[in-house]
Amino acid sequence: MTEIDEQKTLKPLKAERKKSFRTLSDIEVKRLYTPEDIKDLDYERDLGEPGQFPFTRGAYHNMYRGRLWTMRQFAGFGTAEQTNKRYKFLLEHGQTGLSVAFSLHTIYGYEADDERALGEIGKEGVSIDTLKDMEILFDGIDLSKISTSMTINAPASILLAMYIVTAEKQGHAPDKLRGTIQNDILKEYIAQKSWIFPPEASMRLIVDTIEYCTKYVPQWYTISISGYHIREAGATAVQELAFTLADGFAYVEAALERGLDIDDFAPRLSFFFNSHNNFFEEIAKFRAARRIWAKHMKYKYGAKKPESMRLRFHTQTAGVSLTAQEPENNIVRVTIQALAAVLGGTQSLHTNSYDEALCLPTEKAVKIALRTQQIIAHESGVADTVDPLAGSYYVEWLTNKMEEEAEKYFAKIEELGGVIPAIKANFFQQEIANASYKYQQEIENKERIIVGVNDFKLREPCQVPILKIDESVAQKQIERLHQVKKERNNEKVKKALEKLKKAAEGTENLMPYILDAVREYASVGEIISTLKEVFGTYQEDSIF
Amino acid sequence: MSEGRKIKVLVCKPGLDGHDRGAKVIARALRDAGMEVIYTGIHQTPDDIANTVLQEDVDAVLLSILSGAHNTLCPLIMKKLKEKGVDDVLVAVGGIIPDEDKPFLEKQGLKGFYGPGTDLKTIVEFVKNNVKR
Repeated sequence: MTEIDEQKTLKPLKAERKKSFRTLSDIEVKRLYTPEDIKDLDYERDLGEPGQFPFTRGAYHNMYRGRLWTMRQFAGFGTAEQTNKRYKFLLEHGQTGLSVAFSLHTIYGYEADDERALGEIGKEGVSIDTLKDMEILFDGIDLSKISTSMTINAPASILLAMYIVTAEKQGHAPDKLRGTIQNDILKEYIAQKSWIFPPEASMRLIVDTIEYCTKYVPQWYTISISGYHIREAGATAVQELAFTLADGFAYVEAALERGLDIDDFAPRLSFFFNSHNNFFEEIAKFRAARRIWAKHMKYKYGAKKPESMRLRFHTQTAGVSLTAQEPENNIVRVTIQALAAVLGGTQSLHTNSYDEALCLPTEKAVKIALRTQQIIAHESGVADTVDPLAGSYYVEWLTNKMEEEAEKYFAKIEELGGVIPAIKANFFQQEIANASYKYQQEIENKERIIVGVNDFKLREPCQVPILKIDESVAQKQIERLHQVKKERNNEKVKKALEKLKKAAEGTENLMPYILDAVREYASVGEIISTLKEVFGTYQEDSIF
Repeated sequence: MSEGRKIKVLVCKPGLDGHDRGAKVIARALRDAGMEVIYTGIHQTPDDIANTVLQEDVDAVLLSILSGAHNTLCPLIMKKLKEKGVDDVLVAVGGIIPDEDKPFLEKQGLKGFYGPGTDLKTIVEFVKNNVKR
């Protein structure tokens, strides 16, 4: 470099907009990144070809040139009939996978007529009590042709059983089924809070499903280890990355303890991440996640098959970033976040609808969200080459930084005795509460600008049409539950539940017993109540 | 408000909704503003809430509901409070509350509705200016 050049590039420029530039994880961003920042990067060791260890550049060798990501919009509201209609609408518009949102009473294992379910039925997802509802939910949808993701955790084994039996009734064997149950209870204690049983009993149910599916539903993803909710609860990108992978390691250790072979079950573990606004940090997070997982699976847990080391993930854009103010602006936010997910190599994607800070999404809003993915896929050209940002000084530096910071958290969690002891010590909960309070203060102080919220504000409130759930949904659901209970063989239900209880008291795999109860149209609530008698329930400390 | 006594606020989440990020942030902001905050967390039934209000003798209750169950839960909570003879406590709700539901909730005796994007100062000021004793 000549002297003049050096002056041009290195001389401090005029005062900068801010004292320091920071990512959402509070990582300081430099003005410029150069080869110096990644001088130790070894291509073979740290990146590798796409589809090869350590998978930094992607899970598959040709990525979206082979097959585009699955466009999978999370949907569920009201009754099974209403949601079935929404699924058909989405499939007609080119969606390629289903994703079920369940009503809160289903998620917590209360029947629709339980006092705890008052006012909640069908508001946050589709209301499911028995197999009957599940049959209606997938009516006219061929379960051997579609893959279905179900966001269900504490009662995951029950809903999986219902799905298996619904498919059976359509004439499809379990080995034909493709899909995912979320089944990630650790992040419930950490962030999302839809736990029922204490952690140890929950872990047993999870390992039961892993063991059962490995044998009988081999194409099923048995768990979707989720950072999404951890992030939504207020975690930074680094915390999301670290806490999620730590949960993943905990599941691996639990399955190994059961005596399962890592290369039998590890290929069916999947992940679920958030994609927030800081574009490069999100991309770096996804790339780092693949590398960290691969290294731990190979070196720490002794996996032999590359499939066991390959991290695959679903992404949802950040619900928490949506604003109620000028909601149309959310379309732009979602586009940026979706683009980050694609450049980070996601296997499937949910794009949020612009009206979700106000209500469950309307049909129009959902369509725009799906179109956003289609435009990225077919018009932008970003899907035409694999991992186009590799080699960027900034992106590689940030990928390294994310890994480094995550490793610090793993060490801390280990110090605390592992994930479950750390949950019981409120470690994650407090870290997340601190991060979200800090974020909110930065917004209050205008250190972070949210367009239309703390700057560039409109005086006039802006109105968009919203979706409301009719209160008659609850009545319909309760009536159907009562009808089913009248028509089923209650003696057989009782027997199935008794057998389940007895098995729960021992150490057997509970899946076959749950399947039997489901076949007799036992409700989610009845099965959960039976298990509560054996396992008890969990209570959290309310910290803030 | 008598001199020297801190404003005492209950922050909690009724119903099954577990999205507690907002409630926690608000609890902390009120504490930082010098109030005494009782945070009972998620899954609070109308009975739980009314009992806490009585036992803790709070000046204000801030509910957080994002699940859409507000039109059912808020009236039940107000009814329980009334049954227990509580009529001098400020009750406000935050979360996803559509504008069109506000007149109904006001009629039930709730005051103050704070949706996404509200700044913390606004809520702190609201509580300071509206506690009834």
